[in-house]
Amino acid sequence: MTMATTPGRAPRRFRISKRALPYVLSLPALLVCIGILIPFFTAVFYSLQRYRLSQPWARKMNWGENYLNFFSDPSFWNTLKVSLLYAGLTVVLELLLGLAIALLLQKRSTINNFVSIMLLMPLMTAPALAALMWKLMTNPGFGILSYFLTLVGIDDFRWGASSSSALFTVILVDIWVYTPFMMILLLAGLRSLPKQPFEAAALDGVPRIQQFWRITLPMLTPYILTATLFRLLESIQQFDIIYAMTQGGPGDTLTVFQVEAYLNFFQSTNVGRSAALLMILWAITFFISNIFIKNWLRLRERARGEA
Amino acid sequence: MEYTSPLEKTLRAIALTLVVIFFMFPILWIFLMSFQTNETILRVPPSVVFEPTLTNYQALITGKLETSAASLEINFMRNLFNSVFLSVASVAVAMLLGVPAAYAFARHKFRGSEDIAFTLLSFRFAPPLLVLLPLALYFQQIGLADTYIGLIWVYQLICLPLILWIVRGYFEDISPDIEYAYRIAGHSWFATFRKIALPLAGPGIAAAGLLAFIFAWNNFIFALVLASADKQPVTVGALAFITASGIQYGQIAAGIVLSIAPTLALALYAQKYLVEGLSLGAVKG
Repeated sequence: MTMATTPGRAPRRFRISKRALPYVLSLPALLVCIGILIPFFTAVFYSLQRYRLSQPWARKMNWGENYLNFFSDPSFWNTLKVSLLYAGLTVVLELLLGLAIALLLQKRSTINNFVSIMLLMPLMTAPALAALMWKLMTNPGFGILSYFLTLVGIDDFRWGASSSSALFTVILVDIWVYTPFMMILLLAGLRSLPKQPFEAAALDGVPRIQQFWRITLPMLTPYILTATLFRLLESIQQFDIIYAMTQGGPGDTLTVFQVEAYLNFFQSTNVGRSAALLMILWAITFFISNIFIKNWLRLRERARGEA
Repeated sequence: MEYTSPLEKTLRAIALTLVVIFFMFPILWIFLMSFQTNETILRVPPSVVFEPTLTNYQALITGKLETSAASLEINFMRNLFNSVFLSVASVAVAMLLGVPAAYAFARHKFRGSEDIAFTLLSFRFAPPLLVLLPLALYFQQIGLADTYIGLIWVYQLICLPLILWIVRGYFEDISPDIEYAYRIAGHSWFATFRKIALPLAGPGIAAAGLLAFIFAWNNFIFALVLASADKQPVTVGALAFITASGIQYGQIAAGIVLSIAPTLALALYAQKYLVEGLSLGAVKG
């Protein structure tokens, strides 16, 4: 306790008291964060204002009006619907697909390790660039995927350009990028499960399908929960893929929260509405992230205890 | 060993092949496309047989893109430089700020330390536009709009929490006893930090830095909101590219290949560390 106050051992020149040390060490990081908190509170303030960049003279506080307007605003309900649909579908599909692939690759072998390394590549591709790649592949003129569809007799599938298939197209890109994330987490989870219950079940002649439902799945649940919540947090905020693919179009088909807020800010220059939209998104993510962090810390403690 | 029937083996092989095709095909196809001219790209039916050409890459490097109408000047190399510079500088700053803070959080349970660490972590999950849009207006007022310094600062939003949380985990794994022993031998805390803690956490710090680099490189929204053409990284630059009319499709593909190659190479080089880092150390496999 008194190391810093008893002189003599270490050179005297410049000493920070032991009490202050942790604060001094973390101060720079904290300052950067305060720099981030300021715009956050500004956004809260904007969301309570009538504020259009095109009409600066009409700027004034209107308190909850931006939020109240949402109730009678069909485009807000569309944003909410598309965001939830996008997040729900991507997370569920990625979970199922990721779990299936993790089960396929569970046994350690050269080929399985090779495949799991290969699957890192889509995950390491920038989502915005991944969307461009798929845009090139789904181009009606020369896109290879459009060509494959004509082979099976579908001539006029317009992918991201048609409002009936735009959601499908961006979800496909999302699945391509993020399924490997689910797979990696679940594979790590699968491989860390204790072996004894499975050996015992095999001895008792429990069929493999039963083993999966009764042993694997319950033991894997904490990992599934962590991975799902994490993906849900990111997916409800998806911007890169949707913006790079269709800019939220056609029409308002894909105006999820962040895309709608971006367009509100830069196209209709309605800062107030944009900020209010983001505040609602923030409330949703705050709610999910609290559950996530609690769940994740528990998993982390457990992994550490076993390691 | 448990018995697997031939039928199951075949089904597994088929499933695995489908997985590999779905996840690898787009990268392979864009790669092939980048060596083709519009002539071979537009062929019906498409074919993988073609005379490979480097003209797309040449055009990107010289910055003069031939379109059907005219020669267009798009400085893609500038975007590539911006990506390298922004990512490296952001990670360096995040290391400088984050590693000491991570050490403080790991070693000293001071008042409010958990709250601060959580606040930092929650930034990782907040909608980026919530911070970016007000910041865009502020930056114009204080002259940081469209500057590298402004961008690097904002990039701390992704890099700093990542470094802080991963490195903190590694520091916590080092037994404090080693450090006490070194300090009792009469060394200052700084010498202890530098000679004992840093080297022991070295691999973890490297992994965190690598992951932060990849996330910074792949970021799109920050520069889209805050940077103009000559400060934009490849993620935003490539978008401008695809919307420019009449551009050779092979050149877009070549641009994409150049943009994703660095992160893919890093990922393959350091795949071991990525799994742990990706989950913020949630799963120690």
